[in-house]
Amino acid sequence: MSGYALQIGAILCVHVIAAYAAYMTLAAGQLNLGIAGFMALGAYGSAVLSNAGWAMPQSIAGAVLLASLVGLCVSYPVLRARGIYLTIATLAFSEVVVALILNMESLGAASGLVVVGHLGFWPILWVTLGVVALVVFLASTRFGLCLTAIRNDAQGAAVFGVRTRRIEVTAFTIGAALAGLAGALYAHHFSYVEAQRFNVLLSTYAVLYTLLGGLQTPLGPLVGAALFTLAPELLRGTDEWRYVTFGAVIVVLMLLRSEGLFTRSFIHNLMHRRPAT
Amino acid sequence: MFAQQLMNGLMLGGIYALVAVSFTLTIGILNFLNFSIPALFMLGGVVSCALLAAGVPAVGAAAGALAATGLASLLVERCTFRWLSTSDPHIPLVSSLGFLIFFENLVLVYFGSDAVGYPSPFARASVKVSDLTVSLPQTGGFLLALVLVALCYVLLKYTKLGRGLRSIAESPAIAEMLGVKVGWTVSSVYLVSGLLAGIGGILFGISYLQVSWDMGSEVALKGVSAMVLGGMGNVWGAVLGALIIAVIEVMTIAYLNSEAVNVFVYGLLLVIIAFCPRGLLGDRVKMAERM
Repeated sequence: MSGYALQIGAILCVHVIAAYAAYMTLAAGQLNLGIAGFMALGAYGSAVLSNAGWAMPQSIAGAVLLASLVGLCVSYPVLRARGIYLTIATLAFSEVVVALILNMESLGAASGLVVVGHLGFWPILWVTLGVVALVVFLASTRFGLCLTAIRNDAQGAAVFGVRTRRIEVTAFTIGAALAGLAGALYAHHFSYVEAQRFNVLLSTYAVLYTLLGGLQTPLGPLVGAALFTLAPELLRGTDEWRYVTFGAVIVVLMLLRSEGLFTRSFIHNLMHRRPAT
Repeated sequence: MFAQQLMNGLMLGGIYALVAVSFTLTIGILNFLNFSIPALFMLGGVVSCALLAAGVPAVGAAAGALAATGLASLLVERCTFRWLSTSDPHIPLVSSLGFLIFFENLVLVYFGSDAVGYPSPFARASVKVSDLTVSLPQTGGFLLALVLVALCYVLLKYTKLGRGLRSIAESPAIAEMLGVKVGWTVSSVYLVSGLLAGIGGILFGISYLQVSWDMGSEVALKGVSAMVLGGMGNVWGAVLGALIIAVIEVMTIAYLNSEAVNVFVYGLLLVIIAFCPRGLLGDRVKMAERM
């Protein structure tokens, strides 16, 4: 594969993992706009560890641990709020993380940080496939069932004995860990991190991929991220109009397929000749 | 120095307040976080700037910009509100995000990526009051913002339309049963909210003499934060939140540095949400439960 294709592939993988980070909290019915903040934690955490002489796998694992610990600590106060308040709280958290990094001279502040070591496309691909497999597995467990139950009716689920708070905290923490992983992979692929990259737009896109792909199946985020990372590349010929087209496509898509692209009935129609009723 | 900065903060707060009230209307009444508001804000600024540059008189330029934002807002309504009651609450959110990307990049194509000087008819008119420099367009904008917010409050509280709106906030189905024209009323919410954002954009251009395709994002983030700080669906809460955030922002830039702004603004927001999850003044129209 050409260098260009490998680059796009690596970015695609990072987007897929970020989309799964958004999926974990969305699956429990809450919108997390803090993905970029956790990605920044992962990226800078792994960068600092690698620069301190740690081997790459260990430093990435350390960064994931850091992101999930912070996620766990943040989830308790943040999950006290609901709906929009929760969304804004995660957004505020993300902005605080990035602003703090921008103010730390030891982390390179606004000029960014060079990361020791480079991670090629193939290891990133294997890690991404591992993440997809993990989320698909989680969705098939009792935990996954509880997530769906909470998303559809939190009070109803609680009545039937689902420990909603524990499940929500777990989902949020797994989401934070995945975002940290995406950030760490990103940092080591480009061997350079700058805090300005981890802005609201990044979080928004992660959520967008997931919702466009669809929440009904754990494969939705994969489809959404793949399609909407590659589509602007394919539209590159139309140059400046491609994001105008992208916006219009999103609006039209939501009008026509409001449950997302990859729904259960879509899978059913693929497998069987008769459409699902 | 301090008094001057405080005044600058309040002026900026006026613009944040318009955007915050614009957000709070669609949230409080329709329970919908309208992500296209930054685009409407930007359209107000950019369209009026383009019209002024083309030689249209100030009143015509303002009217043209407001017509553009109003139409854009109604277009957003056609593609988002219909889905609010029927399915997942996240779908209209995605649609409005699509509109944000669409409008911002459309302006980027026609307007370029650089910030453009705003040919304001008032330029930098200002008067000196003892050692304070009072910018006339900024002061006028601030007063206009307060008047508009007050009008919104009166509209919601005392008019037939306002009663209809509040009944829809309680329950759209029952409101319809009792004879409220839900479709028409909802369109008017979008229209008012879009116009407020558009006016905010024009005032931003007049006050800071610069517009660009991405001017909406930063202001809208502060607007949403202001709304949450004050309590959603609460018009005066939005104003209070906007003034607090703008003053913190201006003070931080004046006494520390511009990199530290977000630490204080969003740090405060995080603390407020953690300790009083319903904002400072609480949400009067208790809509959050449905989310």
